[in-house]
Amino acid sequence: MATKTFAGVSIEVNDDGYLVNSTDWTKKIAADMAKEEGIEITDTHYEVLNFIRTKIGNGENLTIRGIGKSGIVDIKGFYKLFPGAPLKKATKLAGVAKPTSCI
Amino acid sequence: MSEKEKYPLKKVCLICAKGTLEDVYAALVMANGAVMEGIETNLFFTFFGLDGITKKQMNSLHTASVGNPAMRMPGGLAFPTWLGGLPGVEAGVSSMMRKGMEELDMPPVDEFLEMIDAGGGKVYACKLAIDMFKLKKEDLWDGVNSIITIGEFYEMSGGENTQIIFT
Repeated sequence: MATKTFAGVSIEVNDDGYLVNSTDWTKKIAADMAKEEGIEITDTHYEVLNFIRTKIGNGENLTIRGIGKSGIVDIKGFYKLFPGAPLKKATKLAGVAKPTSCI
Repeated sequence: MSEKEKYPLKKVCLICAKGTLEDVYAALVMANGAVMEGIETNLFFTFFGLDGITKKQMNSLHTASVGNPAMRMPGGLAFPTWLGGLPGVEAGVSSMMRKGMEELDMPPVDEFLEMIDAGGGKVYACKLAIDMFKLKKEDLWDGVNSIITIGEFYEMSGGENTQIIFT
Protein backbone atom coordinates (compact mmCIF):
# COMPACT_ATOMS: atom_id res chain seq x y z
CA MET A 1 0.00 0.00 0.00
CA ALA A 2 1.34 3.40 -0.90
CA THR A 3 0.30 6.98 -0.53
CA LYS A 4 0.15 9.57 -3.24
CA THR A 5 -0.37 13.27 -3.14
CA PHE A 6 -3.34 14.60 -5.06
CA ALA A 7 -4.51 18.20 -4.85
CA GLY A 8 -2.09 18.72 -1.97
CA VAL A 9 -3.54 15.89 0.12
CA SER A 10 -1.81 12.62 0.84
CA ILE A 11 -4.11 9.75 -0.13
CA GLU A 12 -3.79 6.00 0.30
CA VAL A 13 -3.73 4.15 -3.04
CA ASN A 14 -3.24 0.52 -4.00
CA ASP A 15 -0.60 -0.91 -6.37
CA ASP A 16 -2.70 -0.05 -9.42
CA GLY A 17 -3.18 3.53 -8.27
CA TYR A 18 -6.83 3.15 -7.17
CA LEU A 19 -7.99 4.91 -4.01
CA VAL A 20 -8.12 2.56 -1.04
CA ASN A 21 -10.92 4.52 0.63
CA SER A 22 -13.60 5.67 -1.74
CA THR A 23 -14.63 8.27 0.84
CA ASP A 24 -11.30 10.12 0.35
CA TRP A 25 -12.50 11.15 -3.09
CA THR A 26 -13.02 14.77 -4.04
CA LYS A 27 -13.48 16.48 -7.40
CA LYS A 28 -10.03 18.01 -7.04
CA ILE A 29 -8.43 14.62 -6.56
CA ALA A 30 -10.21 13.40 -9.69
CA ALA A 31 -8.92 16.39 -11.64
CA ASP A 32 -5.36 15.73 -10.47
CA MET A 33 -5.59 12.03 -11.29
CA ALA A 34 -7.01 12.88 -14.71
CA LYS A 35 -4.03 15.09 -15.45
CA GLU A 36 -1.77 12.16 -14.68
CA GLU A 37 -3.72 10.10 -17.23
CA GLY A 38 -3.45 12.89 -19.77
CA ILE A 39 -7.12 13.81 -19.49
CA GLU A 40 -8.35 17.39 -19.22
CA ILE A 41 -11.36 16.96 -16.98
CA THR A 42 -14.72 18.50 -17.99
CA ASP A 43 -18.23 18.63 -16.55
CA THR A 44 -19.17 15.61 -18.63
CA HIS A 45 -16.30 13.68 -17.06
CA TYR A 46 -17.63 14.60 -13.62
CA GLU A 47 -21.14 13.52 -14.59
CA VAL A 48 -19.79 10.12 -15.59
CA LEU A 49 -17.71 9.86 -12.42
CA ASN A 50 -20.73 10.71 -10.28
CA PHE A 51 -22.80 8.15 -12.14
CA ILE A 52 -20.14 5.51 -11.44
CA ARG A 53 -19.89 6.46 -7.77
CA THR A 54 -23.66 6.25 -7.38
CA LYS A 55 -23.82 2.87 -9.12
CA ILE A 56 -21.03 1.40 -7.04
CA GLY A 57 -22.41 3.00 -3.90
CA ASN A 58 -25.68 1.18 -4.53
CA GLY A 59 -23.78 -2.07 -4.97
CA GLU A 60 -24.83 -2.35 -8.61
CA ASN A 61 -22.90 -3.94 -11.45
CA LEU A 62 -20.89 -1.53 -13.54
CA THR A 63 -20.50 -2.22 -17.26
CA ILE A 64 -19.66 -0.12 -20.28
CA ARG A 65 -23.12 -0.96 -21.55
CA GLY A 66 -24.65 0.51 -18.41
CA ILE A 67 -22.69 3.73 -18.85
CA GLY A 68 -23.82 3.87 -22.47
CA LYS A 69 -27.40 3.77 -21.23
CA SER A 70 -26.85 6.36 -18.49
CA GLY A 71 -28.03 9.17 -20.72
CA ILE A 72 -24.77 11.07 -20.08
CA VAL A 73 -22.69 9.71 -22.94
CA ASP A 74 -23.04 6.94 -25.49
CA ILE A 75 -20.36 4.25 -25.60
CA LYS A 76 -18.42 6.01 -28.33
CA GLY A 77 -18.43 9.18 -26.26
CA PHE A 78 -17.29 7.25 -23.21
CA TYR A 79 -14.26 5.93 -25.11
CA LYS A 80 -13.51 9.50 -26.19
CA LEU A 81 -13.73 10.85 -22.65
CA PHE A 82 -11.40 8.22 -21.22
CA PRO A 83 -9.24 7.10 -24.13
CA GLY A 84 -7.58 3.70 -24.08
CA ALA A 85 -9.14 1.68 -21.31
CA PRO A 86 -12.25 3.72 -20.40
CA LEU A 87 -13.79 1.60 -17.65
CA LYS A 88 -10.48 1.17 -15.84
CA LYS A 89 -9.61 4.84 -16.11
CA ALA A 90 -13.06 6.11 -15.23
CA THR A 91 -13.33 3.93 -12.12
CA LYS A 92 -9.86 5.06 -11.06
CA LEU A 93 -10.82 8.71 -11.40
CA ALA A 94 -14.12 8.03 -9.66
CA GLY A 95 -12.20 6.76 -6.66
CA VAL A 96 -13.88 3.36 -6.67
CA ALA A 97 -12.35 -0.12 -6.94
CA LYS A 98 -10.91 -1.48 -10.18
CA PRO A 99 -13.80 -3.01 -12.15
CA THR A 100 -14.26 -6.76 -12.07
CA SER A 101 -16.65 -6.79 -15.02
CA CYS A 102 -15.79 -8.56 -18.29
CA ILE A 103 -18.25 -6.54 -20.35
CA MET B 1 9.39 -4.64 -14.02
CA SER B 2 6.90 -7.47 -14.47
CA GLU B 3 6.41 -9.47 -17.67
CA LYS B 4 3.08 -7.85 -18.43
CA GLU B 5 4.59 -4.40 -18.18
CA LYS B 6 7.44 -5.31 -20.46
CA TYR B 7 5.30 -6.89 -23.17
CA PRO B 8 1.81 -5.43 -23.12
CA LEU B 9 -0.50 -6.91 -25.71
CA LYS B 10 -0.98 -4.40 -28.50
CA LYS B 11 -3.26 -6.14 -30.94
CA VAL B 12 -5.58 -9.14 -30.98
CA CYS B 13 -7.07 -10.70 -34.09
CA LEU B 14 -9.93 -13.07 -33.38
CA ILE B 15 -11.41 -15.68 -35.68
CA CYS B 16 -14.97 -16.83 -35.09
CA ALA B 17 -15.66 -19.91 -37.23
CA LYS B 18 -18.64 -21.45 -35.43
CA GLY B 19 -22.19 -20.17 -35.25
CA THR B 20 -23.53 -21.44 -31.94
CA LEU B 21 -24.59 -18.93 -29.34
CA GLU B 22 -21.65 -19.73 -27.07
CA ASP B 23 -19.03 -19.68 -29.82
CA VAL B 24 -20.13 -16.32 -31.14
CA TYR B 25 -20.36 -14.85 -27.64
CA ALA B 26 -16.92 -16.18 -26.74
CA ALA B 27 -15.51 -14.21 -29.66
CA LEU B 28 -17.60 -11.13 -28.82
CA VAL B 29 -16.63 -11.10 -25.15
CA MET B 30 -12.95 -11.49 -25.98
CA ALA B 31 -13.08 -8.85 -28.71
CA ASN B 32 -14.98 -6.37 -26.56
CA GLY B 33 -12.69 -7.13 -23.63
CA ALA B 34 -9.68 -6.29 -25.76
CA VAL B 35 -11.29 -3.04 -26.95
CA MET B 36 -12.02 -2.16 -23.31
CA GLU B 37 -8.33 -2.58 -22.50
CA GLY B 38 -7.33 -0.24 -25.26
CA ILE B 39 -5.97 -3.09 -27.39
CA GLU B 40 -6.34 -2.80 -31.17
CA THR B 41 -8.93 -5.42 -32.14
CA ASN B 42 -9.87 -7.18 -35.38
CA LEU B 43 -12.71 -9.68 -35.37
CA PHE B 44 -12.97 -12.00 -38.36
CA PHE B 45 -16.09 -14.11 -38.99
CA THR B 46 -15.89 -17.16 -41.22
CA PHE B 47 -17.90 -20.28 -42.10
CA PHE B 48 -20.81 -20.85 -39.71
CA GLY B 49 -19.46 -18.06 -37.56
CA LEU B 50 -20.93 -15.75 -40.21
CA ASP B 51 -24.32 -16.30 -38.54
CA GLY B 52 -23.02 -13.95 -35.86
CA ILE B 53 -22.97 -11.05 -38.32
CA THR B 54 -25.84 -12.08 -40.61
CA LYS B 55 -28.80 -9.78 -39.95
CA LYS B 56 -31.36 -12.60 -40.18
CA GLN B 57 -29.66 -14.89 -37.68
CA MET B 58 -27.48 -12.81 -35.43
CA ASN B 59 -29.99 -12.20 -32.64
CA SER B 60 -31.49 -15.68 -32.59
CA LEU B 61 -28.41 -17.91 -32.36
CA HIS B 62 -28.86 -21.33 -30.81
CA THR B 63 -26.89 -23.45 -28.46
CA ALA B 64 -26.82 -27.15 -29.39
CA SER B 65 -29.14 -29.26 -27.22
CA VAL B 66 -27.98 -32.47 -28.93
CA GLY B 67 -24.37 -33.62 -28.84
CA ASN B 68 -23.53 -31.18 -26.08
CA PRO B 69 -22.37 -33.27 -23.11
CA ALA B 70 -21.65 -30.18 -21.01
CA MET B 71 -25.30 -29.17 -21.01
CA ARG B 72 -27.25 -29.74 -17.79
CA MET B 73 -30.85 -29.40 -16.71
CA PRO B 74 -31.57 -26.50 -14.41
CA GLY B 75 -30.40 -27.88 -11.08
CA GLY B 76 -27.44 -29.74 -12.53
CA LEU B 77 -29.01 -33.06 -13.60
CA ALA B 78 -27.78 -34.63 -16.84
CA PHE B 79 -29.63 -33.51 -19.95
CA PRO B 80 -30.77 -36.61 -21.88
CA THR B 81 -29.79 -36.65 -25.54
CA TRP B 82 -33.27 -37.79 -26.65
CA LEU B 83 -34.80 -34.79 -24.92
CA GLY B 84 -32.55 -32.39 -26.78
CA GLY B 85 -33.89 -33.71 -30.08
CA LEU B 86 -37.55 -32.98 -29.37
CA PRO B 87 -39.10 -30.12 -31.34
CA GLY B 88 -38.69 -26.77 -29.68
CA VAL B 89 -36.22 -27.92 -27.03
CA GLU B 90 -33.19 -26.35 -28.67
CA ALA B 91 -35.06 -23.07 -29.13
CA GLY B 92 -36.17 -23.18 -25.49
CA VAL B 93 -32.69 -23.93 -24.23
CA SER B 94 -31.25 -21.15 -26.36
CA SER B 95 -33.76 -18.62 -25.18
CA MET B 96 -32.98 -19.58 -21.56
CA MET B 97 -29.28 -19.06 -22.28
CA ARG B 98 -29.98 -15.65 -23.79
CA LYS B 99 -32.10 -14.69 -20.80
CA GLY B 100 -29.33 -15.73 -18.42
CA MET B 101 -26.84 -13.65 -20.38
CA GLU B 102 -29.12 -10.62 -20.43
CA GLU B 103 -29.29 -10.81 -16.63
CA LEU B 104 -25.50 -10.42 -16.56
CA ASP B 105 -25.88 -7.34 -18.76
CA MET B 106 -24.57 -9.19 -21.82
CA PRO B 107 -26.16 -7.43 -24.77
CA PRO B 108 -27.78 -9.05 -27.81
CA VAL B 109 -25.34 -9.78 -30.64
CA ASP B 110 -26.06 -6.64 -32.68
CA GLU B 111 -25.66 -4.37 -29.67
CA PHE B 112 -22.50 -6.18 -28.63
CA LEU B 113 -21.03 -5.60 -32.09
CA GLU B 114 -22.00 -1.93 -31.85
CA MET B 115 -20.14 -1.71 -28.54
CA ILE B 116 -17.03 -3.17 -30.15
CA ASP B 117 -17.41 -0.77 -33.06
CA ALA B 118 -17.91 2.21 -30.73
CA GLY B 119 -14.64 1.38 -29.01
CA GLY B 120 -12.76 1.28 -32.29
CA GLY B 121 -12.73 -2.51 -32.87
CA LYS B 122 -13.03 -3.69 -36.48
CA VAL B 123 -15.28 -6.45 -37.78
CA TYR B 124 -14.58 -8.40 -40.98
CA ALA B 125 -16.24 -11.18 -42.94
CA CYS B 126 -14.44 -13.97 -44.80
CA LYS B 127 -14.76 -13.74 -48.58
CA LEU B 128 -14.53 -17.46 -49.21
CA ALA B 129 -17.28 -18.28 -46.72
CA ILE B 130 -19.48 -15.44 -48.01
CA ASP B 131 -19.16 -16.91 -51.51
CA MET B 132 -19.82 -20.40 -50.24
CA PHE B 133 -23.00 -19.45 -48.40
CA LYS B 134 -24.02 -17.15 -51.28
CA LEU B 135 -24.33 -14.17 -48.98
CA LYS B 136 -24.08 -10.51 -49.97
CA LYS B 137 -22.76 -7.48 -48.12
CA GLU B 138 -26.40 -6.38 -47.63
CA ASP B 139 -27.13 -9.58 -45.71
CA LEU B 140 -24.50 -8.66 -43.15
CA TRP B 141 -24.68 -6.40 -40.12
CA ASP B 142 -24.17 -2.81 -41.33
CA GLY B 143 -21.07 -2.26 -39.21
CA VAL B 144 -19.00 -4.92 -40.99
CA ASN B 145 -15.90 -3.08 -42.19
CA SER B 146 -15.30 -5.20 -45.25
CA ILE B 147 -15.22 -8.66 -46.75
CA ILE B 148 -11.62 -9.82 -46.84
CA THR B 149 -9.50 -12.80 -47.80
CA ILE B 150 -7.47 -14.79 -45.32
CA GLY B 151 -4.37 -13.21 -46.82
CA GLU B 152 -5.65 -9.75 -45.95
CA PHE B 153 -6.48 -10.98 -42.47
CA TYR B 154 -2.88 -12.07 -41.97
CA GLU B 155 -1.65 -8.74 -43.32
CA MET B 156 -3.59 -6.91 -40.63
CA SER B 157 -2.29 -9.33 -38.01
CA GLY B 158 1.30 -8.15 -38.37
CA GLY B 159 3.23 -6.18 -35.79
CA GLU B 160 4.84 -6.90 -32.45
CA ASN B 161 2.82 -8.13 -29.46
CA THR B 162 -0.06 -9.31 -31.64
CA GLN B 163 -2.06 -12.44 -30.93
CA ILE B 164 -4.36 -14.41 -33.21
CA ILE B 165 -7.12 -16.17 -31.30
CA PHE B 166 -9.31 -18.86 -32.86
CA THR B 167 -12.55 -19.58 -31.05
